[in-house]
Amino acid sequence: MTSAEHPDVIVCPGGPLLLRGDHLVQDAEGQVHRTTRPVSAICRCGKSAAQPWCDGTHKSIPRQQRP
Amino acid sequence: MLTPKGRGSLSEIVFESMRRPSTSWSAVLRTLPDDDDDVQITLWALYELHYRGFEDVDDALEWQPQLIELRRSLEAGFEQELRDRAPAHGPDGDFADAFFTVVADHDGPSLARYVQRDANREQVLELLRLRSIYHLKESDPTAWLVPRLPNSTKAALMELQFDEYGCGDPSALHAELFARGMDACGLRPEYGAYVDDAPVEVLEENNAMSLFGLNRRLRGAALGHLAAFEVTSSVPSRRIAQGMARLSLPDAMIGYYTEHVEADAVHEQLSVRTICGSLLDQEPGLRDDMFFGAFTCLDLEDRFARRMLEAWAA
Repeated sequence: MTSAEHPDVIVCPGGPLLLRGDHLVQDAEGQVHRTTRPVSAICRCGKSAAQPWCDGTHKSIPRQQRP
Repeated sequence: MLTPKGRGSLSEIVFESMRRPSTSWSAVLRTLPDDDDDVQITLWALYELHYRGFEDVDDALEWQPQLIELRRSLEAGFEQELRDRAPAHGPDGDFADAFFTVVADHDGPSLARYVQRDANREQVLELLRLRSIYHLKESDPTAWLVPRLPNSTKAALMELQFDEYGCGDPSALHAELFARGMDACGLRPEYGAYVDDAPVEVLEENNAMSLFGLNRRLRGAALGHLAAFEVTSSVPSRRIAQGMARLSLPDAMIGYYTEHVEADAVHEQLSVRTICGSLLDQEPGLRDDMFFGAFTCLDLEDRFARRMLEAWAA
């Protein structure tokens, strides 16, 4: 259930977008991926090698260039 | 699992007394440890009584008063040692920002980089044997915390733990993924199989997690440790997976690490923001302990990495 304390989507400053629940996510190439875990992290920096998921790569890009 | 090999005067008499509880407990309590190795293996076994125990020890000894007294005395010394190693205070400012910055600025030796580029097969298998002491009970020390937290933090922690424990599917439980990887590598997948090989640095890493998890007053340190562990997992896990692929290790073992690339990219955000964040909203006084737990996680891994890299360079 959605509540103010438990949003469906959380934007992490400088990092990914967290997505709660079961979803289909279309990546930049148009391919569709199904989420597999209770919370998924979607890449926002564009540098992840595991698109559309975050793989922590945002931490290696300069702070001011992070999303 | 059977009781481990004793490593000195204290562990020898404690393990012998655990196997034959008719022994005089007062003699056990009068015995002094020979060195850190002796202290840490004793403490590890005393903590283990609260996890899965030993086949050659009566389960009732979990709450034997003299063993609890001994554990309290050893862990008080260990906690003081950990606090002496850590900075007294964490940085000010927004917690998540400060936390990610502290971890990013921590510059220690990296076993993951070595595995990625340089390690040979034997070295990686040795690392897996030593990592198995924790990975075969992965997330268990954190599970002690659940009933000790306010509801918002409890729910946030369970969101992460549910994933660690396979979302209800035992074959997807992280400890089970590691066990299958060990088996595929020709290593023993049984819980605790390699504890006799563990150097003091590995025992300290494991004992710190049990110390934090089993003492409610240290809940801040436990969650700070968890967060630092998660924040330093995703990128190193990818490096280890790449190193294992370079050495043609079995897919089951590589799969454990690739699972952690994506899982921990989620968990690092959850642990810092929703788990530590929600606890700090209610108990802001725990902030320094969170940084203490985080420092302990990073520092103990540095110590282990230095030991292994020195041994492998020789």
